[in-house]
Amino acid sequence: MMHQSLFVYSGYRYFKLSMLLIIASVVAYAIHAPVDGPNGGTWLGYTLGGLGAFLILLLMWFGIRKRSYKSSMGKVEGWLSAHVYLGLALIVIATLHAGFQVGWNLHTLAYVLMFIVIFSGIFGVYAYLRYPELMTKNRRGNTLELMLIEMSELDRECREAASQLTDEINKCILESSEKTKIGGSIRQQLSGRPQNCATQAAFNKVTELNKSLPKEMADDASRLMTLLGKKCELVQRACRDVQYKAMMDIWLYFHVPLSFALLAALIAHVVSIFFYW
Amino acid sequence: MADFKIAIVGSGPGGMSAAAHAAELGISHVLLESTDHLSDTIYKYQKGKHVMDEPQVLPLRSPLDFVAGTREHILEVWNTQVAGHNTNVKYNTEVTEISGSKGDFTIKTKSGETITAEFVVMGIGLQGNLRKLGVEGEDLDMVQYQLDDPDEYADETIVVIGAGDAAIENALALTKQNTVIIVNRKDEFSRAKQGNEDGINKAIDTNVIEPYYNSNTVRVEQFDTPLGSGEIGKIVLATKNGEAEVNCHRIIARLGAIAPRRFVQSCGIEFPSDDPAAVPALTNQYESNVSGLYIVGALAGYPLIKSAMNQGYEVIEFIEGNDVEPADEPLLKEKFRKFSARNKNMSVNDVLDMITTNVPLLSGLTTLQLREFMIDSDMRTPAEGEIIFERNDFTNTFYSIVSGEVQVQINPKDPSQRISLSKGAFFGEMSLISGHRRSATILAGRNCVLIETPRRSMNKTISSVESVKRVIDEAFLMRALQAKIAPNTPVEKLQSVISTATLKSFKAGEVLFNEGDEGDSLHLVRVGSLTVSKTVGGKEVVLSYLPAGNYVGEMALFGDSHRSATIRAAVATETICLDGDAFRKLADEDDDVRKRVQEVIDSRKQVNVQMEDNSDSGTIISFLVEQGLGEATDVLLIDESLCVRCDNCEKACAETHYGTSRLDREAGPTFASIHVPTSCRHCEHPHCMQDCPPDAIHRAENGEVYIANNCIGCGNCQRNCPYGVIQMAMVSKKHKSSLVSWLLTGAGLAPGDCNLKKAKQDPDAKKMAVKCDMCKDMPGGPSCVRACPTGAAIRVNPSEFMSVTNLENY
Ligand SMILES: Cc1cc2nc3c(=O)[nH]c(=O)nc-3n(C[C@H](O)[C@H](O)[C@H](O)COP(=O)(O)OP(=O)(O)OC[C@H]3O[C@@H](n4cnc5c(N)ncnc54)[C@H](O)[C@@H]3O)c2cc1C
Ligand code: HEM
Ligand code: HEM
Ligand code: SF4
Ligand code: SF4
Repeated sequence: MMHQSLFVYSGYRYFKLSMLLIIASVVAYAIHAPVDGPNGGTWLGYTLGGLGAFLILLLMWFGIRKRSYKSSMGKVEGWLSAHVYLGLALIVIATLHAGFQVGWNLHTLAYVLMFIVIFSGIFGVYAYLRYPELMTKNRRGNTLELMLIEMSELDRECREAASQLTDEINKCILESSEKTKIGGSIRQQLSGRPQNCATQAAFNKVTELNKSLPKEMADDASRLMTLLGKKCELVQRACRDVQYKAMMDIWLYFHVPLSFALLAALIAHVVSIFFYW
Repeated sequence: MADFKIAIVGSGPGGMSAAAHAAELGISHVLLESTDHLSDTIYKYQKGKHVMDEPQVLPLRSPLDFVAGTREHILEVWNTQVAGHNTNVKYNTEVTEISGSKGDFTIKTKSGETITAEFVVMGIGLQGNLRKLGVEGEDLDMVQYQLDDPDEYADETIVVIGAGDAAIENALALTKQNTVIIVNRKDEFSRAKQGNEDGINKAIDTNVIEPYYNSNTVRVEQFDTPLGSGEIGKIVLATKNGEAEVNCHRIIARLGAIAPRRFVQSCGIEFPSDDPAAVPALTNQYESNVSGLYIVGALAGYPLIKSAMNQGYEVIEFIEGNDVEPADEPLLKEKFRKFSARNKNMSVNDVLDMITTNVPLLSGLTTLQLREFMIDSDMRTPAEGEIIFERNDFTNTFYSIVSGEVQVQINPKDPSQRISLSKGAFFGEMSLISGHRRSATILAGRNCVLIETPRRSMNKTISSVESVKRVIDEAFLMRALQAKIAPNTPVEKLQSVISTATLKSFKAGEVLFNEGDEGDSLHLVRVGSLTVSKTVGGKEVVLSYLPAGNYVGEMALFGDSHRSATIRAAVATETICLDGDAFRKLADEDDDVRKRVQEVIDSRKQVNVQMEDNSDSGTIISFLVEQGLGEATDVLLIDESLCVRCDNCEKACAETHYGTSRLDREAGPTFASIHVPTSCRHCEHPHCMQDCPPDAIHRAENGEVYIANNCIGCGNCQRNCPYGVIQMAMVSKKHKSSLVSWLLTGAGLAPGDCNLKKAKQDPDAKKMAVKCDMCKDMPGGPSCVRACPTGAAIRVNPSEFMSVTNLENY
């Protein structure tokens, strides 16, 4: 087989491994019946806690392995495959470790952080599955840079077409070329739609003014509208491109910092446990 | 009485060194140079280029100095020293005609002057003269014929003239900061590399560049005062719709150079073949077939500065009747040292004589050719049983047996089945010609002495010495027939088939034969690859892809005189064409041949049925073939349905290769979510290897085409690669990043970060050609693939990849 995604990596190796861990933990939890009810303090609790902590460190190591470009320790794809499946197994392992005892305390902070990290990870996987293909389709063989060059070229043609038209039209053409924004703030990037698009505004304006233009300007005006229409479509596609990329990136801004917070909370949790002793 | 004893044409390293030596000896001489400065080829190098003095082991023998250094420094040294020797240089003198012979040459120049001389030394190099517009105004300041740095210009209107790669690359690069207009004499850009053609067409479609098709330049005029909008002149074009005028700041005409070959031939000098790689045959003393006319430097087949300078010195000595020992003598001595020591201290000439006697193949070489051949080659004396090369290695050197014998393992399943080749025979021609893996393992026999010759020298010899070409082609034919069609037929019987065989060559896309055509010849692919297609429902559907080593037209064996499919060359392809009757006769006499062919026919039928059901696979094959995969051995593909555009592949490449990524992930076309990024395809016959002066590009055992450290940064390979994957980059071995310090403090370079500014500060950084080397020195294989988090990046061998089963699973 020449080609496989991270989910099927190496014949579902890491999926199988995490299923094994989950089943083993559940079985142990079911068999094990401590006196004061299941919790992190029993031998099983310590075992599952230790396993959980180990997994968290392993998952965090992914960020390092990803950047160790000279490392020949497996492929990054394999590491991510393990990351995703073992990360999901943590849901079960950590919950059983805590024996379903959550409350308003430091321990639960680690637990909650872990869940946020995991859910952001799940969103990431969703984004990784959904957007790549949409992006390819939306680009139609172009790159974002080429789209931008094409836009400035359309601007030039618009100015040319508008040169014999009214000042008002020229003004909105100028605005269209100067004020059309692709991207912008994170919120704007994620929206995937141009905000207060100057090009759209120009298009509307020219459509409106078109009605009152003298006959001899009709040809230029209709050419201008075609050009503006083309540009609008291009702006929309460019915004969508930015959106897709943003969707594939945004979650990492939660996933990674929160995983560091989780690490801190985990250390605090473990230290406090030994403190109780 | 002639004006001068020696006239030297061309002031490159070769001519200049000859003239300076003549001056030193007080011989009457003149050095004729067409430009107004010395050594135009070096003069035109990029500003500040670091000129290298390869091959470093070769001693310099010239009145002029030459050590590696900047272009400016070297030119300055030469200028001073040439003047210091009172060399008689005549600038602005382009020679257009040389006639006569020894003792009585007449040289005509462009300006109509006539000069006579007893001897002529020609050192005009290979660069040729840049073609000019040939119209009024061609020499105005606003017209230029070269472009060093496109970023130098901004906010100008620039007219680029030409339809070749140089014109297109300049035009595209200039669009970043300027308004660009391109003028093409024809109505399309088909002469350019695929990538450039796509690039320019896209730029024109999206109105980034304005084209003038079917247009010729009429004249160029410069205004007395620039226009209000800044244009300083105009160009007048003859177009289909009459004359057009374009105001502009600058005109860049990239019309190519006039190769010097025609001129050289007009002087009576003969080339052994039409192959562009062919070099005129010269005597030991660099004398051509025209007596008294000598050739030195790049034109004589020595494309490096130092060897050109040495020849300049030697040629004057030879003309003076002194038989100097060639400068390469110590190199050959060293090469033969081990062998001579064992053989009664044979001298270099004795060894050369012995080679000519023992290896008939090489007997057609002149002593000069043989010397050069041996300098490039290695003399090997492997111990008995040592492996020379293994089956499936990707090496492409050529071996001649000087004495002793080698063993060929003919059956991979049974290593004990061997045949032996002995003194005078040669091997390795199969991989050399087809660009494929070695087809058998070869072991050294007793007392084995071999000459191992690199691909480039061998190719040069094949194209310069007719007898070598003939013998090798015949051997290839015989061995290919044995390997692919008739392994058990005795050689005598094959001989009759071979006598009908012809070599055919096809351009990329050319049809060998069409579905339904009459014909019964069989084509065995020698170089390149083919696609097989059929018309299904009115559309041509590609059914399969056949790499070298396969054959087509086999149906003829069964008397079917109509072709059942259309066969097209996927890339430039050569086939061995066997006559139908001879082939049928062979099959009639040898049942084994018939059975083998029948097997091939059966399995092809199966594939065809599968493919007709699955026409998507056919379109994917067509797409990949269009991208040049038909000649690739290993290519990076990206599945865009998985690629999250994180560029980790590029970062990994940069991090493992001194800060420059050798792949451009985003560039390149996509079809059905298969993306072919701009990255080396490790071609079967790498175009980049042509014209690399220091022969720095090699193929490693696993097929990696890589550039070694002796690259001199000339940029030829970048121009020759049709896929645009070679970059010229500042390579600094000091490029280092630190994960720890970046993680903890954010300081320093992040892994995968490429910071060329830092590389430039390194005084030892040099500008070199860089490209993918498939991470051949890295344990674990290509880092791009290892770094891809989603498994989108894969490396595939196209001939395996483009099979039905794989495409269905893709
Ligand atoms: C970009 C680049 C980088 C290179 N870098 C290196 C390097 O670092 N180290 C190295 O060793 N080699 C390098 N080379 C190769 C080297 O430049 C050539 O091998 C060398 O210049 C060949 O010398 P030559 O004397 O044969 O001819 P050339 O140097 O080509 O000189 C020919 C001269 O003849 C003149 N001429 C041509 N036609 C006529 C005519 N009809 N009448 C009168 N004069 C004529 C030309 O104007 C020119 O001055 C490089 C080549 C290139 C293109
Ligand atoms: C080295 C690893 C670990 C050790 C030694 C450990 C130890 C313990 C102990 C002893 C308890 C019982 C405390 C009590 O009952 O008061 C406990 C509870 C708990 N642990 Fe851990 N633990 C570890 C890892 C983890 C991890 C990885 C998580 C999840 C992110 C986690 C979350 C919890 C939670 C939510 C509780 C329940 C708190 C409660 O009872 O209120 N622990 N742990
Ligand atoms: C507690 C659990 C987890 C921790 C601590 C963790 C931590 C990390 C870290 C440190 C990175 C490195 C990011 C970078 O450096 O660029 C990362 C990446 C990632 N994680 Fe997690 N993760 C966890 C769980 C998960 C889960 C459950 C999933 C999916 C279901 C997931 C999916 C991913 C993905 C897709 C990436 C990005 C890979 C890439 O593009 O490079 N993670 N994670
Ligand atoms: S660099 Fe050489 S081997 Fe690689 S794609 Fe270009 S021509 Fe082929
Ligand atoms: S590798 Fe390329 S740039 Fe370097 S010397 Fe060879 S052809 Fe010139």
